[in-house]
Amino acid sequence: MAKYLAKRIFYLILTLFIVITVTFFLMKLLPGTPLTNQAKLSKSQIHLIYEQYGLNKPVWQQYLLYLAGAVKGDFGTSFQFSDQPVSYLISSRIEPSLQIGLQAMIIGVILGVIIGAFGAMKQNTWVDTTTTVVSILGISIPSFVLAVLLQYYLGLKAGWFPIAEWGGFIYTVLPTLALGAQPLAESARFVRTEMVDVLSSDYIELAKAKGLSKTGVIYHHALRNSLIPLITIVGPLAVNIMTGSMVVENIFSIPGIGEQFVKSVLTNDYPTIMGLTIVYSFMLCVVLLITDILYGIVDPRIRLTGKAN
Amino acid sequence: MADTVKLPEDSFKPITSDDRAALDSEKIAAPSLTFAQDAWRRLKKNKGAWVSLIVLVVIFIMAFGSIFVSPHDPNAVHPAYANLPSKIPGVSINGFNGTLVQAGERIDAYKAAGASGAHYIMGTDYLGRDLFSRVLYGTRISLIIALVATLFDLTIGVTYGMFSGWKGGRIDTIMQRIIEIILSIPNLVVIVLLILILKPGMTSIIIAIALTSWVNMARLVRAQTLELKEQEFILAARTLGERPIKIAFKHLLPNLSSVIIINTMFTIPNAIFFEATLSYIGIGISSPQASLGTLLNDGQKNFQFLPYQMWWPALILSIIMLAFNLLGDGLRDAFDPRTKE
Amino acid sequence: MDNEKDILEVRNLQVNFKTYAGDVKAIRNVSFDLRKGETLAIVGESGSGKSVTTRTIMGLNARNADITSGTIMYKGEDLLKKSEKEMEGIRGQDIAEIFQDPMTSLDPTMKIGRQIAEPLMVHKGMKKEKALAQALEMMKLVGITDAENRINDYPHQFSGGMRQRIVIAIALINYPEILIADEPTTALDVTIQAQILNLMKELQDKISTSIIFITHDLGVVAGMADRVAVMYAGKIVEYGTVDEIFYNPKHPYTWGLLSSMPTLDTGGDELPSIPGTPPDLLDPPTGDAFAARNAYALKIDTEQEPPFFKVSDTHYAATWLLHPDAPKVTPPDQIVARQKKYAEMQKDLVKQQRPSIPVEEEEEQQ
Repeated sequence: MAKYLAKRIFYLILTLFIVITVTFFLMKLLPGTPLTNQAKLSKSQIHLIYEQYGLNKPVWQQYLLYLAGAVKGDFGTSFQFSDQPVSYLISSRIEPSLQIGLQAMIIGVILGVIIGAFGAMKQNTWVDTTTTVVSILGISIPSFVLAVLLQYYLGLKAGWFPIAEWGGFIYTVLPTLALGAQPLAESARFVRTEMVDVLSSDYIELAKAKGLSKTGVIYHHALRNSLIPLITIVGPLAVNIMTGSMVVENIFSIPGIGEQFVKSVLTNDYPTIMGLTIVYSFMLCVVLLITDILYGIVDPRIRLTGKAN
Repeated sequence: MADTVKLPEDSFKPITSDDRAALDSEKIAAPSLTFAQDAWRRLKKNKGAWVSLIVLVVIFIMAFGSIFVSPHDPNAVHPAYANLPSKIPGVSINGFNGTLVQAGERIDAYKAAGASGAHYIMGTDYLGRDLFSRVLYGTRISLIIALVATLFDLTIGVTYGMFSGWKGGRIDTIMQRIIEIILSIPNLVVIVLLILILKPGMTSIIIAIALTSWVNMARLVRAQTLELKEQEFILAARTLGERPIKIAFKHLLPNLSSVIIINTMFTIPNAIFFEATLSYIGIGISSPQASLGTLLNDGQKNFQFLPYQMWWPALILSIIMLAFNLLGDGLRDAFDPRTKE
Repeated sequence: MDNEKDILEVRNLQVNFKTYAGDVKAIRNVSFDLRKGETLAIVGESGSGKSVTTRTIMGLNARNADITSGTIMYKGEDLLKKSEKEMEGIRGQDIAEIFQDPMTSLDPTMKIGRQIAEPLMVHKGMKKEKALAQALEMMKLVGITDAENRINDYPHQFSGGMRQRIVIAIALINYPEILIADEPTTALDVTIQAQILNLMKELQDKISTSIIFITHDLGVVAGMADRVAVMYAGKIVEYGTVDEIFYNPKHPYTWGLLSSMPTLDTGGDELPSIPGTPPDLLDPPTGDAFAARNAYALKIDTEQEPPFFKVSDTHYAATWLLHPDAPKVTPPDQIVARQKKYAEMQKDLVKQQRPSIPVEEEEEQQ
């Protein structure tokens, strides 16, 4: 297990290294500099600013410097806010994003599992139909459409929740709902399919032949076997939430990294874009690593091969 | 239990060959169906998928038909007719009869704008452009982007997956590592980076989406190829010395087709979603071109006062996504013999 | 028939499956008895309705199954009239089942000790520790070596044969009155097959259970069963003791089955097979369902279903060939040889009380 873990962490570092390298050189291809948006400057001023961002060094030197900085969590200075290091910009904004993202993931998955399991148990009844409708709607309605609707109807019209900005928990409710719909729908659909499959398997038949009641069969055999594979879609769900957060944070004016990413893209703030790309990739890698390890712990079949390796 | 009934005289004669022919033990009461026919039958039985297919066909015809026949010019500006609500002739339900609430009073917006004779079934936008025509136009752009991107990502994904699965061994491992690295960055981030490099616009959106979303297809195709590779009919073809490229087209591709078709049904709505997100953020299609994403973005600005301007594009977008998802589900069930009753 | 000794009586059972094309008549008027302590083999091709019969007894049929008529009497009560709750109390307690494929019939994420102990916890309300202790005993009984250490292993850590032993342990843990074995050895290697069959016979003696043994393999039947019922196209076409079916078969379908089974006597020639395929049960033919494949078919076979004709007190066959008016036909050579042997055995019967001993030995050599 330790060996497997070491291997996985090595791959994580390798992946991040490649991501940093590729983003760096992609950004070098981009037109525009921190000066694009500024008024005319004298030559010495330009030189000074180039000095400040290290843009007058040869590209390979810039790369090595960037790499060395990135290891320490230093992604340079923002173009947009010339006095702020990117790392500060990110660290001061990551908390709201994490909070909303985690809330959306946890609530979405838990509700999704419940809905999906009920749908599978009551296959081909109105319960099942409702499950299918809920999940298909959740998958089909883009999170930003949902966000605008929630903001207007629950926020503005009903006045139940603040429509924007960032404060206490109450401010997180609407964005969490908007972002959580997708994980809810996806996991409901996944659990339903998985469970329908499991329920038609031979070992469920055997469990019934043992005389287990319907709930006994579900609780002791079907549930665990259909929930284990759910771990595999947590990674893709995390991607969904990250993607969705870029627009949803914008709509609710939440000072998170998603909102920052969009802002940076619109203002050609390359250092921040790079820094955020790396942070996103890092978070995703960690999620994938955790789910992988978790899968090994919960599924006895994987556990053994992990030991053997 | 012995028989007591009087039986006809000739009952115990051996049956004649004519009788035997009539028996025809090979007769099958259920009509025999080919795989495609069977899948088609099951698809038709799936109401959701069937309706989705029809809805999609209608949307396609309307979106592309509007090149030739459009109720109005989607780009024609009528400042006088700006922000008219939706008015469907003959319908008198509030919201669809051209009235809106202004200062606590419901007034006929068309009369107020001096356009009593005109009707815009989805209303007009802030420049007085016909929203219905713009939605048709936007749908067309969104569909074109999604379809072209999907076509590319299909080509890349299927080729990559088949190659990786077919070659196996070290090449496969390296190719899978590459996929893992691509998967470790959120798709939208990559798309945004690519668009920044390529300059915003329709072509770069298509390229960016195509370059990032083939991964799923590649994985599915690879898994299936690995499985097929070991099967006898492929083995036979190999033993007979058929060239790999011919095996790929003659034997692999037909057997991969259901996986490919199903996955395509899920790639298209994804591409539509990405396009809408990009346009919504503001780095997608730029004016005067329109897509469902830009229409949503325009509509969202005035949502509080003129909700229909966002409702219509949102509705169409959701219906398209829904229909593709349902059709994809239906196709999966239709192609998967395990769900056969 | 002596009702005292019957533990299960199936009468006029009819089961249909609703499909898109219409009703598939999977079981068409099946009746049989299971006696205490005996092994009844139900033999037939795939799709003949063997498994549906057992599923119906267990109350575990697919959703689209429709039991249109019949009774299944167990201890004086009709199982078909029982509620789902009552059936739960019977399954795994009075009637247990062994499934065909041990590779898929165990829960992959549950320790096998727990899986074996589960019926005890469900039916006897036992605490987990006590149930596990009994499960351990049962594991030893079914011949799982090193049972103490393996009780906490997961199914994937066992071979196919070992897994089938576990499945048997699960079935037998409550000492059921009836054990239904649905092709328990089909998915196993030949050498393992014999081990599992021997184990089942051994355990049957130990815990005195009645077995319904479903198989398509007549070779397996000879060593296992006391009585045999041959099924074809959803009906039982012939039943009798194992000797009667093997050495004095009367139904042309049984002839076909026996002839297509390799024996030591079979020369280097081609193994005969039954031509054609079973009829489509969506629309079963009028008359004898086997007529189309039957070289001995009579005209009446195409018009009227044959009733059961009595051959002996224990032996019945549903074929018009047994009608007094029917022409005398000569069965295939191999069957004639078998019948000759049977006649000799009957003579020996006078001298010897158990004639089946030499027979069994001979069959087992196959």
